[in-house]
Amino acid sequence: MSEAVPKIRVRGLRKSFGEKKVLDGVDLDVMPGTSMVVIGGSGTGKSVLLKCILGLLEPDDGTIEIDGRDLLHMDGEARAVARAKIGMLFQNGALFDSIPVWENVSFALLAQGRLTRAEAHVKAAEVLGQVGLAASVGELSPAELSGGMQKRVGLARAIAAQPEILFFDEPTTGLDPIMGAVIDGLIVDCVKNLGSTAVAITHDMASARRIGDRAAMLHRGKIIWSGPAEDLMTSGNDVVDQFTHGRREGPIQMELRR
Amino acid sequence: MNRALDFVAALGRWLLGVCRSVGRLTLFALVGVSHVVRPPFYGRLFARALIEIGYFSLPVVALTALFTGMVLALQSSTGLARFSAETAMPNLVVLSITRELGPVLAGLMVAGRVGAAMAAEIGTMRVTDQIDALSTLSTNPMKYLVAPRLLAGVIALPLLVVVADILGVFGGFIIATVKLGFNAATYMSNTLSFMQTQDVVSGLTKAAVFGFLISLMGCYHGYNSRGGAQGVGAATTMAVVTASILILAFDYILSELFFVR
Repeated sequence: MSEAVPKIRVRGLRKSFGEKKVLDGVDLDVMPGTSMVVIGGSGTGKSVLLKCILGLLEPDDGTIEIDGRDLLHMDGEARAVARAKIGMLFQNGALFDSIPVWENVSFALLAQGRLTRAEAHVKAAEVLGQVGLAASVGELSPAELSGGMQKRVGLARAIAAQPEILFFDEPTTGLDPIMGAVIDGLIVDCVKNLGSTAVAITHDMASARRIGDRAAMLHRGKIIWSGPAEDLMTSGNDVVDQFTHGRREGPIQMELRR
Repeated sequence: MNRALDFVAALGRWLLGVCRSVGRLTLFALVGVSHVVRPPFYGRLFARALIEIGYFSLPVVALTALFTGMVLALQSSTGLARFSAETAMPNLVVLSITRELGPVLAGLMVAGRVGAAMAAEIGTMRVTDQIDALSTLSTNPMKYLVAPRLLAGVIALPLLVVVADILGVFGGFIIATVKLGFNAATYMSNTLSFMQTQDVVSGLTKAAVFGFLISLMGCYHGYNSRGGAQGVGAATTMAVVTASILILAFDYILSELFFVR
């Protein structure tokens, strides 16, 4: 029986900034059509991991495969094509404030020349509907939106080009619990409807369990545990348990200045 | 002996840092220019940058040129009177404005107004992940943010300098005819007969170079800004300071190229 090829396979990924080793041999597999949640403390390199996969940062060593093809050894054009398969919801939305919401949502479709501006306007209204926003929101500037609305627009922008892979960077940070649950629900729906593979990084355990099929914990530059997301609170791993239950005592020593 | 070695080491580190910065800036400029000539082209963004740099800088450049022409006429008339050479005043005004003051003052004013705004806008995009977002949306940030601004700078500045030249000479004309008793027709005929094509062309060439430098500095410092609001503030300051210094340095270099035989 042939072994299924992971949608994303990361092996031995290393990245340092000066003396500081942020990723120190990360191995991670994400199977097609599944959602992986990566948890870990602040500054443990979760965002760096996503940025390396996205190509926003160049890793020092290791391999990153998408559909079995090594991204880091592709030429520029092939790499751009592979990366066009990925949509990303940024932590703070990262909406372009010089253009209206509808243009933000259709940005990738316009950039790829897949739609005219008139068609993109109509498409944006449709995608905004998928994230529970009225078409009239498309005419507003991003600065006129609340935090929750900005997340929704960011999600709409990430899914508009129907990417095969979706990344979510702290999707519920800065939102109240109800809005957090709403965003999580939208993420789950969008991933399911598109049939995409998803990777989310979060500190929010409720969010992690809602979004993820599987979970992994990044600690000291390595993935120290991975398993079903439903086992997060009962992993049996001391480091994961301390983190997921928010205990002060345990193997994770926070660096505090006295 | 150790002190001397420390001094040499510090000097070496400083020199290496300067070389690194110049290399980084040169690479940034080359990549930016390469995107100006390679499709896809963002016509809408180019038009927006052209209006921002050219049209909205018009009032400040116009006023600067007008008052500079007026002051130049006033100062030169008193200076030239010492040698009984007041009649040379129209020639001095037109030469100074077209060759030197028009492009340099327009460049400095635009550097303050537009260079700062560019660095602040792109810097804010950097620290709020908008530039990373562009990369994830099949868009090259250099092509989208930098190339249209570089091209707009090169085109807008010469247009502004044409206006500055006309208003600068007009400022001198007003003072000469209203305050100093020059005959209007004689003043204009002296101005036009003394002015040469090379004077205007050299000024416009300088303006194009200054426009490129202003956009380059605004984009470069904004693009590489780090560390939130403070980083954006520092990038803005650096954009204006470096653009102003480069304008003055290149003014000298271009003057050597044009006028020294």
